[in-house]
Amino acid sequence: MKPQETSLAVDEPLPSLWEIFREFLLIGAVSFGGGIVAYERLLLVDKRKWLTPDAFMATLAISQTLPGLNSVNLALLAGDRLRGFVGACAAAAGLMLPGGLFVLVAGVAYSAGADHPLLNVLLAGVAAGATGLLASITYKIGDQLFLQMRALSIIVATFVLMSVLKFSLVTVLLIMAPIGLYLYRPKADEQEPSK
Amino acid sequence: MSALIQLAMTFGMLSVLAVGGGTAVLPEMQTILAQRFNIDHTAFVHIYSLGQLAPGPNMMMVLVFGYEIAGLLGAGVVLLSFFLPSSVLCLAVGRLWNKIGERPWRRAVQRALEPIAIGLMCSGVYAVAKAAFVGPLTIGLGVLTFVVLLKSRINPVYLILGAGVVGAVIMQLTGMR
Repeated sequence: MKPQETSLAVDEPLPSLWEIFREFLLIGAVSFGGGIVAYERLLLVDKRKWLTPDAFMATLAISQTLPGLNSVNLALLAGDRLRGFVGACAAAAGLMLPGGLFVLVAGVAYSAGADHPLLNVLLAGVAAGATGLLASITYKIGDQLFLQMRALSIIVATFVLMSVLKFSLVTVLLIMAPIGLYLYRPKADEQEPSK
Repeated sequence: MSALIQLAMTFGMLSVLAVGGGTAVLPEMQTILAQRFNIDHTAFVHIYSLGQLAPGPNMMMVLVFGYEIAGLLGAGVVLLSFFLPSSVLCLAVGRLWNKIGERPWRRAVQRALEPIAIGLMCSGVYAVAKAAFVGPLTIGLGVLTFVVLLKSRINPVYLILGAGVVGAVIMQLTGMR
């Protein structure tokens, strides 16, 4: 293991803003079907060595803890490490630009043709497929947690509050976050679990 | 004007509540868009699904809701209000974190939020499924996509497009939904 004092993995020159933007733009353009965090790891750790593997994992952990999209948070924090605030903006803008343009074009087309019967028939199947995708992502992320009593009871309670009792999201979080924090409070004798 | 302010408030709130990624706010988003902005559940699930075909972060389709409600300006307002609050928070807290280093309570927060986020994602699946599953055919396509995605590493975009085409052909031929 190498020491972790610096964020740059090797002594590469600091990338320019344009380079940061261009690399994240590429990810934003080719990452069809999800899995962006994996693309970001390839870029940051393997391709450009902007972050050590450990620094990447630490940054990813922060991205996952804070609200917002993990992929966007990760790009922001990586850009910030490289070039400060403007670096963060360049990374996030690059990541979001292609998908943003894509959905706008699709959205304009949808608005124009929402009443067309064939489009609706096509979208009915697309929506069914997208539901399957969302379910599979949820299942994969949940993975082991569905098998642990503590986690499963939080999952079920959250679902019931949101979907059965139809509480607002703020209310659900105000109820569940303290309970979750209590159940997962750090124990003095507990070693940091490695994931 | 008031529609724009309402859009900004709505998506700004969703931004900071998006624990564990954007998907967690889907059910709340669907409810609010129907109640305050007249976007029915079918339009919601159509736009959501279109967004899953796009590259990049998986919630860019929020721009389309802004566009539907208030045109390009609406899309711009939604872009800023959905991504700016969480981004500012992330940068501020991220820098603080780099200074103080890893702490046991950060791990605790992450572990506590994980199952909550998954519970919310289950609510999201339920909300989207209620709108997307309109009959045996759509249920079948959804379940088939789910199973194939668990069993293989095929790119979901092909499967979603395939579900659209296969679904369209069967619906046109048989009238089944």
